[in-house]
Amino acid sequence: MTYLRPKFRHPELEKNKLGYTINYYEGALSTLCAGCGHDSISAAVVQACYEMNIEPHRVAKLSGIGCSSKTPTYFLSNSHGFNSVHGRMPSVATGANLANKELIYFGMSGDGDSASIGMGQFVHAVRRNLRMIYIVMNNGCYGLTKGQDSATADKGSISKAGSNNRFEAIDMAALALELGADFVAQSFSGDKTQLIPLIKAAINHKGFAFINVISPCVTFNNNVGSTKSYDYVRQHVDATATIDYVPPAAEIRTSYNEGSSKRVTMHDGSYIQLHKLENSWDPQSRQSAMNAIHEARNRNEILTGLLYLNSQTEDLHHTLNTVSQPLNTLNETDLCPSAEALNSINNSFR
Amino acid sequence: MTETPKINDFVIRFANVNGTGSASANFLFTKAIYRMGIPVSPKNIFPSNIQGLPTWYEVRVSEKGYLARRDGIDIVVCVNPQSMANDVKSVRSGGYFLYDNTKMLYQQFIREDIHYIGIPLTKLCNEAFTDARQQQLFKNIAYVGALSVLLSIEFNVFEDLLAEQFKGKEKLIPFNIKALNLGADYIKENYNYPLPLRLERRNLIGNKIMVDGNTACGIGAVYAGATVVSWYPITPSTSVIEAFEEYSSKLRKVKESGENKVAIVQAEDELAAIGMVIGANWNGARSFTATSGPGLSLMNEFLGLAYFAEIPAVLIDVQRTGPSTGMPTRTQQSDVLEAAYASHGDTKHILLFPSTPTECFDLTAESFDLAEQLQTPVILLTDLDLGMNDHICEPFNWDNSRKFKRGKVLHAEDLEKIERFGRYLDVDNDGITYRTYPGTHPTKGSYFTRGTSRDEYAVYTEDGAAYERNMRRLSKKWETAKNMVPAPHFYQKENKSKFGIIFFGTSRYACEEAIDIMNNQGVMLDAMRLLSFPFSQQVHDFINSHEQVFVVEQNRDAQLRSLMLIEMNIVPQKLVSILNFDGMPLTAEKVISEVDKVLKKELSQLN
Repeated sequence: MTYLRPKFRHPELEKNKLGYTINYYEGALSTLCAGCGHDSISAAVVQACYEMNIEPHRVAKLSGIGCSSKTPTYFLSNSHGFNSVHGRMPSVATGANLANKELIYFGMSGDGDSASIGMGQFVHAVRRNLRMIYIVMNNGCYGLTKGQDSATADKGSISKAGSNNRFEAIDMAALALELGADFVAQSFSGDKTQLIPLIKAAINHKGFAFINVISPCVTFNNNVGSTKSYDYVRQHVDATATIDYVPPAAEIRTSYNEGSSKRVTMHDGSYIQLHKLENSWDPQSRQSAMNAIHEARNRNEILTGLLYLNSQTEDLHHTLNTVSQPLNTLNETDLCPSAEALNSINNSFR
Repeated sequence: MTETPKINDFVIRFANVNGTGSASANFLFTKAIYRMGIPVSPKNIFPSNIQGLPTWYEVRVSEKGYLARRDGIDIVVCVNPQSMANDVKSVRSGGYFLYDNTKMLYQQFIREDIHYIGIPLTKLCNEAFTDARQQQLFKNIAYVGALSVLLSIEFNVFEDLLAEQFKGKEKLIPFNIKALNLGADYIKENYNYPLPLRLERRNLIGNKIMVDGNTACGIGAVYAGATVVSWYPITPSTSVIEAFEEYSSKLRKVKESGENKVAIVQAEDELAAIGMVIGANWNGARSFTATSGPGLSLMNEFLGLAYFAEIPAVLIDVQRTGPSTGMPTRTQQSDVLEAAYASHGDTKHILLFPSTPTECFDLTAESFDLAEQLQTPVILLTDLDLGMNDHICEPFNWDNSRKFKRGKVLHAEDLEKIERFGRYLDVDNDGITYRTYPGTHPTKGSYFTRGTSRDEYAVYTEDGAAYERNMRRLSKKWETAKNMVPAPHFYQKENKSKFGIIFFGTSRYACEEAIDIMNNQGVMLDAMRLLSFPFSQQVHDFINSHEQVFVVEQNRDAQLRSLMLIEMNIVPQKLVSILNFDGMPLTAEKVISEVDKVLKKELSQLN
């Protein structure tokens, strides 16, 4: 448990464009195990929101049940949070999003919450292209019930108790890609420099943005033989690229070598600059991204980075053709037909 | 076998094959009687199937305005060979059997005690129409034409109805008139008419409308301002959402842009449907779903969350025959206990019991106010009979000055005035606390919604005392609700009898008829119709002021009676159950015979 956090902040801590320092974006003290990968992800969310100049109260944080689902408490304390029921966060997020299209929705989930009990809801949130940032904190085990294998545990991975997982793993990133997600990324909780720009780009994405983050469980799945331990992941991670998220109209500070970098432009002119790109792979081609994931898997490597992006995406509100005003702001005048209209309805039943 | 004429009082049953276009012909028949100013009540008795199985449509005509189903079928119109053996048996002695005599009737279908009216429907239609689909379809219209002569239905009423039905498709009208005449002319040429059972124009309908309860619920939700709707298809609730969608597309579309002031999502299952409803309500939109028993079972977990986390939700449960898949196309009132205590732990939910389409409209609208004022799920318990059958009822009514009651919600300016916002702090001492919508204020009003225990400031806690305080406050809110939910309806100003009778929902029709008949026989019963749960003091007082109270319900286990015994301090022997659970709507005969049993026993004890 991380029970100590100094309240002291440097008086000249840098402020963002809204005039907020980074501590304004923090949440309550984490009660997760010391060294838990999930805390690094929370910290990356804090950093991304701070750098993106987001008003915390314009964010809604939603989760299901499990260690990962506790994390919304640990960031953005000025945001509303909703810790719902196990595996059902996507439906709650769908309803919330339909009620108010103007907020930013963070869905924080885990491998049990999304790949097992909540698989149905996850799949359908992807299909509907609900505009939200959906982060799976993937540690291959059930931490809160003391370390049982989850559906994302690799076949052959050894648990802390010494048992060998005999079932095939569900690859969440490949699944999202197959289901038609227009923003699919994979990262490692230990790689903040990669995770923060990914979260920023996800916030800016106009549809369902999925980030599968390998986040080792220090207590129950960090042993030798586990394929989701810190050591194993560090040895097998294969970053597609280093990543910069560049907001619209921002100046490019660094220069990139032609040929070793690729720019992926988003809907509003912002872009993601990828370096050290594998030549054979195109992040704007679903087919190419799928191949890259499969090839990495054959090499026993975990491919990280932005895997696929279609910036021309159209979210659920677009599909349902809802009015531009958030539905939760409509009142009697907007919504309630008149008594006269009811009379003509009555007449149709005579 | 000549009978004395009987005006405006019969039951007719149509025996059809489903998927053959009989529904619209049968509806035409019913609507014509309604247009003649005569009380009429149709019941669809249909299979859980799309095409090819037997389906029946039973219509009761009653000058006295009795709209319940009644036993004893006077006339059967049978165009389904599959069900003919049973259909012949179902006619009461002295009744009429109308059938297609293109093929000769089997000898075993001949009964000595009923009248047979054969019409060569197939032959007539095959000769009159060339298109195979029309030959099939117009057989139905032809028997309606035959009935118009046999029962004295005014022909111009059909002409008016067809003109309205085919507005914009006028070239279809002559075909229908031709088919009506095929049947009508055949009767005129071959039989004596009209039958002793027949119709005469009356003025008994007034400005009443004829509509099904599901449509009424859908329109009620439009008027109540529902904007987010999520659902999973299930009989018999599907048409609630279909009606909501239809009226939304007429009344909630921005003319210039075609944009919708509503979002309707067909969910992947009932769990997701109620999850979306909870998410939307949490975020300040009015949202509802509709389902039936199996869906309600699936929604239990989320209903517990909404109860404990105090999130409004409106759920319309159109009950069907359970348990499990049960009889999906038959009616019952068997979700009472399931709905009242849905989910694990100590949970209770507000229930509303509409009995007519008018009440479906009113109570749907009211359910949104109650859900938001009480910040808890409200379950509207209707049933298949009410939801899917047409009922004659008072027209819908709306006051243009009516405001939505959004409950205790704090906005940015309210939060400015508060030192510290406590989401679960009982400021007004009524158990109902204040909430905020996400995104309201930069630094005040945010809180964490959760299904885990928390203190008054929504901070997670495992402190037993804080948990208990919260649970007791929820009980206090429940007490507050007792005075907010719709009051029961009493049929007498003051008690006249030591016997009382309690009923709810569609049992109303049979019970009102039974009470009327018994009153005429000198048997007095005081009656109370329940409209809601929790039970108010009035319900308690009614039971306490009678020696014996009949509780009428449409399930095996006397669920309402159990609920009353759990919730109120009543001697169990006081409540006598009258139960109907064969899937068919309750009849007055059933109620009377059950009451009689008790009264006879009472009399014999006196002797």
